[in-house]
Amino acid sequence: MNYFAGEYDVAVIGAGHAGIEAALASARLGCKTAVFTINMDAVGNCPCNPSIGGTAKGHLVREIDALGGEMGKTADECFLQSRMLNRGKGPAVHSLRAQIDRRKYSDTMKHKLELQENLELRQAEITDIKKTDGGYLLTTRMLAEFLCKTVIIATGTYLGGRIFVGEVSYESGPDGIFPATALGQSLKDLGLPLRRFKTGTPARVLRRSIDFSELEVQKGDEPPQPFSYETENMGENKVECHISWTNDKTKQIILENIHRSPLYAGKIEGVGPRYCPSFEDKIMRFKDKPRHQLFIEPCGLNTEEMYLQGMSSSLPEEVQLKFYRTIKGLEHCVIMRPAYAIEYDCVDPLAMNPTLEFKNFEGLYGAGQFNGSSGYEEAAAQGLVAGINAAFKVQGKKPLVLSRSNSYIGTLIDDLVTKGANEPYRMMTSRSEYRLVLRQDNADERLTPIGHEIGLISDERYKKFLNKQELKKQEIKRLKETVISPSKEVNDILVSRETSEINTGVHLIDLLKRPQLDYKALAPIDIHRPDLDPNIFEQVEVEIKYEGYISKQLKQVEQMKKLENKSLPNNFDYSEINGLRLEAREKLNKIQPLNIGQASRISGVSPADVSVLLIWLAQNKNR
Amino acid sequence: MKSETIAAISTAQGEGGIGVIRISGEDALEVADKIFKNVNGKHITDMKGYTAAFGKVVCDGEAIDEAVALVFRAPHSYTGENVVELSCHGGIFITRRVLRAVLSAGASLAQAGEFTKRAFLNGKIDLTEAEAVMDIIGAKSKSAARAALCVKEGALRKKIDGVKNDLLSLAAHLSAWADYPEEDIAEVTDDMIFDVCEKAEKTLQKLLDSYDSGQAVKQGIDTVIAGRPNVGKSTLMNLLSGYEKSIVTDIPGTTRDIVEDTVLVGDVILRLSDTAGLRNTDDLVEKIGVDRAKKRLENCGLLLAVFDNSRELDDDDKELIRACGDVPSIAVINKTDLEQKLDINYISSNINNIVYISAANGEGRDELTKAVEKIAGTENFSPNEGILSNERQRVAVENALASVREADYALKSGMTFDAVTVSLEDAVSELLELTGEKTSDEVIDRVFHNFCVGK
Repeated sequence: MNYFAGEYDVAVIGAGHAGIEAALASARLGCKTAVFTINMDAVGNCPCNPSIGGTAKGHLVREIDALGGEMGKTADECFLQSRMLNRGKGPAVHSLRAQIDRRKYSDTMKHKLELQENLELRQAEITDIKKTDGGYLLTTRMLAEFLCKTVIIATGTYLGGRIFVGEVSYESGPDGIFPATALGQSLKDLGLPLRRFKTGTPARVLRRSIDFSELEVQKGDEPPQPFSYETENMGENKVECHISWTNDKTKQIILENIHRSPLYAGKIEGVGPRYCPSFEDKIMRFKDKPRHQLFIEPCGLNTEEMYLQGMSSSLPEEVQLKFYRTIKGLEHCVIMRPAYAIEYDCVDPLAMNPTLEFKNFEGLYGAGQFNGSSGYEEAAAQGLVAGINAAFKVQGKKPLVLSRSNSYIGTLIDDLVTKGANEPYRMMTSRSEYRLVLRQDNADERLTPIGHEIGLISDERYKKFLNKQELKKQEIKRLKETVISPSKEVNDILVSRETSEINTGVHLIDLLKRPQLDYKALAPIDIHRPDLDPNIFEQVEVEIKYEGYISKQLKQVEQMKKLENKSLPNNFDYSEINGLRLEAREKLNKIQPLNIGQASRISGVSPADVSVLLIWLAQNKNR
Repeated sequence: MKSETIAAISTAQGEGGIGVIRISGEDALEVADKIFKNVNGKHITDMKGYTAAFGKVVCDGEAIDEAVALVFRAPHSYTGENVVELSCHGGIFITRRVLRAVLSAGASLAQAGEFTKRAFLNGKIDLTEAEAVMDIIGAKSKSAARAALCVKEGALRKKIDGVKNDLLSLAAHLSAWADYPEEDIAEVTDDMIFDVCEKAEKTLQKLLDSYDSGQAVKQGIDTVIAGRPNVGKSTLMNLLSGYEKSIVTDIPGTTRDIVEDTVLVGDVILRLSDTAGLRNTDDLVEKIGVDRAKKRLENCGLLLAVFDNSRELDDDDKELIRACGDVPSIAVINKTDLEQKLDINYISSNINNIVYISAANGEGRDELTKAVEKIAGTENFSPNEGILSNERQRVAVENALASVREADYALKSGMTFDAVTVSLEDAVSELLELTGEKTSDEVIDRVFHNFCVGK
């Protein structure tokens, strides 16, 4: 017998990386919030790589932190090793990545949820969702019913999850946890456009069974850098990673057994990514490549499980063991958890607005892998936005829509809801046209004022931020006013850096503009330099050096903003507008863009169609 | 925020008469002043609205033409903005050179229907006319899209595609290298970038050098005569060229090959090819001819679609009418001396230009001449594929070249690869715009295609 169990402002289905940020944000904004998880021990689980961040993902984590999210802080608390990737390739692509203790991360996040005011963490599988007058009725496996004003679906790979290992296949969530088997049908009945995606993970092997003696070691940066602008003491790097390579023998075994891969045998119907989701994919698609790199990463301090980054597979367990054992260092490896592919239900994100609310279902939101993305960081970013918007909905406030020009989070969501996702969507720096503006070093400058306005950044932290901005301003002023006179010491430094000598006094800022020079090189001749937060120096240096590029991109940002300020109506039938080409009408009807800017990014909407829309808008405004 | 100043030739282009170049926007007077030297020495910027001046259009110190400048001050102009109209001598060569001078003085080339759009947005056109304005933009964008080299083949497209591919591969390599630092992707070296930039610069510069606005029309327009068998294509060709070249018989399918001839129609030179009829056939030899004709049809500069007045439209005719939507075309209704069975309404609702001839009697040649001249005078008309032939193409190539040079310069001055990549991607999107492709995910598509990246 069903029983009535309570009412919530915001209910979050799933307590993974998306669900956590969604639930914390909504509770912190004052909404009575529940977060449902199938298994209490799987909160904030990292079923794939034991790391947070990486290219473009590191940007996302910094942005989540700048807005008042939790991922960055928890990653800092649980970090084992931290590295800034892409040093030397330019500030736009610098990306922070941290190896983390995955059990500790999970425990820490769970505890944070438990301690959060307004928030209830519950172990329950949601099996049914129904639209009611003022919201949605959720039913659990135990037949409890909850009346919720808004609901955020963050089911990850649990929804209709099915695992494939060679010829073996069974219904399951990740890491052997129960899947959500009933909710998918209920969502379909509700009318959501679901489809199947797939992803995979490599095996975990026993540390004692690996011979590290001849493997290349990868150490963390000294000192390690935090993700969070609030983390003050990071402590030391605690672990090392190792690098090894596959070889001809590895390839041979894959080729001999490829018919046993469920993907190549045609058993998986889900759409995998164009980037290689498994090692056998790498072999099949890039046959000429003689060897592939892999990273051996520890899963935590209190475990001997090691993650083999780059070695995802859905081949049978015995074949996995065979090909892993061809790799140097892994000759005697023991598999603790086999690699697997997992297929799951997710939604077509074109059905959503940039607020992550479904167009045809008021108060219903989606976040994370359910929306067709891939990765913990992408999930958390969407969770944060969905949580904020669900809370704002309940409170009758204007929703938050981040833009492509202020964040990777905005870019991620805009891509999903404007272009759709035909494969699990992974963030990349190449996806941002404003990447010299959207850097990981200035995430606070871009987003902390917004986080404060939303109410997720405390007054205290905001004051600190404003103070930092003031110091930065003063430092730029100092560089503009300080004159360096020519001297042997000065010119020796310039010559050693292969840049031209000076023979008259030069402002410090003009020296810093030279690509060959940086703060470090100028230290001996910049004797009155104040002692500032290293992040200030980093931001100042980048802004000075890349001034021309940054101002060019800012100009493009301004142009786009003008278009984004022109709102389009909701649920409008574009076939009524003469002059639009047929393809444009169809696409506009499907996507229902919020504004002209979003419309202009839809494939199939030409500049002429945009002109027609502008005229149509002007015509309607005057009426 | 200032409105960008735009310019375009606003009269039909063709030999003789007067050509008008319209400049509109906040800086219209300043832009015009840079290239217009008044005989009495007074600057355009000092002129009142609704006044005119006589003088010379000067570019790089050289006088291009004599012209009359008409000054309109906002809001009293067609667009509601400051406007200068330069009336110079007509003809494609001169009007395009004047336009080019105006663009180099700081104006941007107007988009399809942009003057009308601005007139509307500035309240100069009544609201009830909005529908018409949208239609105009829709129609004009079609010819602009055509000029955007939507054609998949052709010499110019191949040159542009070559450069675009090189730049795209390099941008993808840089992206893969930056986005997948742990994937063992070959390092991008300075030399690789310099090589690609140098090659791209050379090709683009050569294209720009070859740009001579009159050249393309002087060389002639690639013109295809098409229609189902025995409709009178060969007869039309003979009518135009004045002597028999194709074999003319009454058995359908006798013309199996493309015949070339060059004729002068009014002021316009046409390079004619008579094609095999478009019909499905089992005859192998004829099939080759038909396939070749279809290809030719997709790539031509002007399509003369011939229909038989005395027969009803069939599927082959309808396919031809569809093809007319993709290229500038004229429907030629032949055999008007016979009883009409053809559905003219169906044709006229799909093809704007229709002429009636009786090829056998030699009637309708004047009508045809007028229609050809009218089409050749359209602003976005792209007569053939080998060289840059209109201002839009030239501007795109020039911008792409500037971006390639910027990338090259950035690298030489020691900037990091992220800055270089941004300039390379700018160049790619300029070229994609020229070929009418959507820019958004090209680089990422290429990353996944070319590089072994994964989880």
